[in-house]
Amino acid sequence: MAEEKTIEIEVLRYRPTEDSEPVAETFEVPFTYDTSVLQGIQYIKDYLDGSLAFRWSCRMAICGSCGMMLNGEPRLACNSFLRNYYPGKLTIEALKHFPIEKDLVIDASDFINKLESITPYIDASEPRSLDEGEYLQTPRQKARYDQFSACINCMLCYAACPQYGLDTGFTGPGILALLHRYNADSRDGARDKRMEIVNAEEGVWGCTLVGYCSEVCPKEVDPAKAVNLNKVNSTMDYFLRFVSPKKGASQ
Amino acid sequence: METVKTDLVIIGGGGAGLRAAIAAAETDPSLHVTLLSKVYPMRSHTVAAEGGAAAVTQEHDDLEYHFDDTVAGGDWLCEQDVVDYFVNNARRELTQMEHWGCPWSRRDDGHVNVRSFGGMKIDRTWFAADKTGFHMLHTLFQTSIKYPSIHRLDEHFCCDLVVDDEHVQGAVTIDIATGRFVFIHAKAVIIATGGAGRVFRQNTNGGIVTGDGMALAYRHGVPLRDMEFMQYHPTCMPGTGLLFTEACRGEGGFLLNKDGYRYLQDYGLGPPDPSPRNKAMELGPRDRLSQAFWHEYQKGNTINGPHGHYVNLDLRHLGKRKLLERLPQIYEMAVEYQGIDPAETPIPVLPAVHYTMGGIEANGKTGSRLAGLYSVGECSSIGIHGANRLGSNSLTELCVFGKVAGEEAAAYAQSTEHRKTDSVQNIAGDIQRRVEDIVSSTDGTERIADLRDEMMKSMEDGCGIYRTAEEMQATCDKLASLRERYKRINIEDKSGPWNTEQLLALELGYLLEVAEAVVHSAFHRKESRGSHQRLDGFEERDDENFLKHSLAFYDGDSAPRIEYSDVTVTKSKPGIRAYGAAGEQAELDRKNEGSADG
Repeated sequence: MAEEKTIEIEVLRYRPTEDSEPVAETFEVPFTYDTSVLQGIQYIKDYLDGSLAFRWSCRMAICGSCGMMLNGEPRLACNSFLRNYYPGKLTIEALKHFPIEKDLVIDASDFINKLESITPYIDASEPRSLDEGEYLQTPRQKARYDQFSACINCMLCYAACPQYGLDTGFTGPGILALLHRYNADSRDGARDKRMEIVNAEEGVWGCTLVGYCSEVCPKEVDPAKAVNLNKVNSTMDYFLRFVSPKKGASQ
Repeated sequence: METVKTDLVIIGGGGAGLRAAIAAAETDPSLHVTLLSKVYPMRSHTVAAEGGAAAVTQEHDDLEYHFDDTVAGGDWLCEQDVVDYFVNNARRELTQMEHWGCPWSRRDDGHVNVRSFGGMKIDRTWFAADKTGFHMLHTLFQTSIKYPSIHRLDEHFCCDLVVDDEHVQGAVTIDIATGRFVFIHAKAVIIATGGAGRVFRQNTNGGIVTGDGMALAYRHGVPLRDMEFMQYHPTCMPGTGLLFTEACRGEGGFLLNKDGYRYLQDYGLGPPDPSPRNKAMELGPRDRLSQAFWHEYQKGNTINGPHGHYVNLDLRHLGKRKLLERLPQIYEMAVEYQGIDPAETPIPVLPAVHYTMGGIEANGKTGSRLAGLYSVGECSSIGIHGANRLGSNSLTELCVFGKVAGEEAAAYAQSTEHRKTDSVQNIAGDIQRRVEDIVSSTDGTERIADLRDEMMKSMEDGCGIYRTAEEMQATCDKLASLRERYKRINIEDKSGPWNTEQLLALELGYLLEVAEAVVHSAFHRKESRGSHQRLDGFEERDDENFLKHSLAFYDGDSAPRIEYSDVTVTKSKPGIRAYGAAGEQAELDRKNEGSADG
């Protein structure tokens, strides 16, 4: 188990002050059975090239920092293991569909701006004082949004989404899942406001049902499901507008 | 240098910093609040907290029980008035988190559910499966977006505090994406930068947990208090140190030695009931459990693995369904990282450094001896953890004292003016030049990774679960030489944007200074208390001489100066700290003695 082998890692580098476009650089990295890709990159930084830039922190697939393309697939580096790429070569690139700031670091501002724009917090349907205690929410009510609250904002689904690749105006899988997380929460009352984002051209209707977003999600959030639920909601909204103005579907 | 003028700057965007920002914004929406974080806030290490947050919740529970558990759990080194405030406000603050959308796990009737946790007499730990910190952090981050007066500076690294004539006046930061320096000119500063677990080799902490704020306050004359108390969490992944939450044991998990024996019964924690019994066996406090591991290792009862000796965390009897409902992340980690299905096979675990009990000296309201400077969360020593923190007290601490810090700093900012721009600009400029000198130096010979690894190894040798003067002295000497070598640090990357090598070098500087505070505080504490245990003639607690907080003062290139301050004792006299059946007897004796006193 502790037997050490060496794997070839090709990193697509981009140094904004030197390179006009990304260039590939190859490193030889020692590993054992349980060496993660993240540990492999850390080895490069520690001993082979101190200028290599990448984001990381928790090492346990919960902080969402270390998303990157591993042999063309969007993955977290911390819970991917070098043994699974050996004896072949591992190619590492920055997450697809985002501008690169340096090496494996992408510009996340589009994602952050979108997150900020969807009212990503409880806008209470029935405001309650702290003295009244907690809102009651049964496990069944909680289950309606539970899965969608597990998003770690790693943005792998954006790198997987062909639609986002074509048009970054598309709200995109992760944020639509987060939006649905709040709409489906029994404590919330801001659904109407958020449905405007859902109904817009850049909202759920931008999705072309590829479903790769859910496949790459490391947390089983299933953003494609959130998008589909909202296509139904959006359709209902559309028709209900004729029946009773200002009232959309409740679920 | 670009200057941002703000009323209040919060350094650190984890749970404590976000809670403080929201409190400040609610206190006075006209205040300009700057929230500075070296990562996007939702990456902060609060995200990795698993088990839960404590607050007296059930009918048969009592604030006095939570107080007693906390103070005895901390081996009486707690500020008792602060613990009182803490337990009294815990439930209200967790309810606030609920109103903000935190997906707490629920009972069938819709009320928030609670689980057992180590050292807690009654089940009082609120939880969101085994991702409590993750959910709290995202809830706070997303809620903070509601407040227009909170101005975030994401991915800005703090280089130093600007202190002008004994008043803190903000901070100098590097905008990581561009490498440009930004001076945040503020009337008040809250440090909320988390712990310093990365001074140790095997630890549960994220890469960002490098003691930045502690080192900054320390350099400016604020002492670091009780730094010798580093928490070893008993159940971590061999090699990486990743955490398997205490909730594994709260839900009924067993710790087994190489013979499949629940060895904790041999260390005053029995009897070994088949299901969880609060404050006994696997639900004893973390310091005791980590110490028991050490003894088992000495006896040859641990199992030798590729990443050192380990014991087994057995969750098999909980069944796959319960594991997936209550401990989904633990399940996932065991499968992904260790190739183990915990429903079928016990998980190999060992103790690893988890939490920094000490920190920046703070009064009960998060203030410090430096005018305008506040601290909150793991970086701070407000006094509730003493010599050993109980699991699930720190997430609650973020909420309770994050709010206090935000309110206090807001009030201070309201009552004061920015100091003269010229003089603070000069100070900020000096800081920038000093940092630039470190990067631009071309004669560096020392590799960052070498110094870091030597520091971590030495800390583990000298400041482990059990300590001796000889080993601690060796670590003191080693750190002194590492600090000297640090002056010749080599940074290959001379560029501006995303120069993370430069940031690693600055973080290493913080780590080395904080590590020195830890080992020197430990060396001078000639007793055993909580997580500080000695084998060299100081095996007992010594209340006569050491019922005191240790204070480490920065002294330039020299070793820190160690002084002491009194511990506030209000209603709980230091007593026998016992768990299991012995603990129940001791509690009974205390009660009888109390009633005999009248």
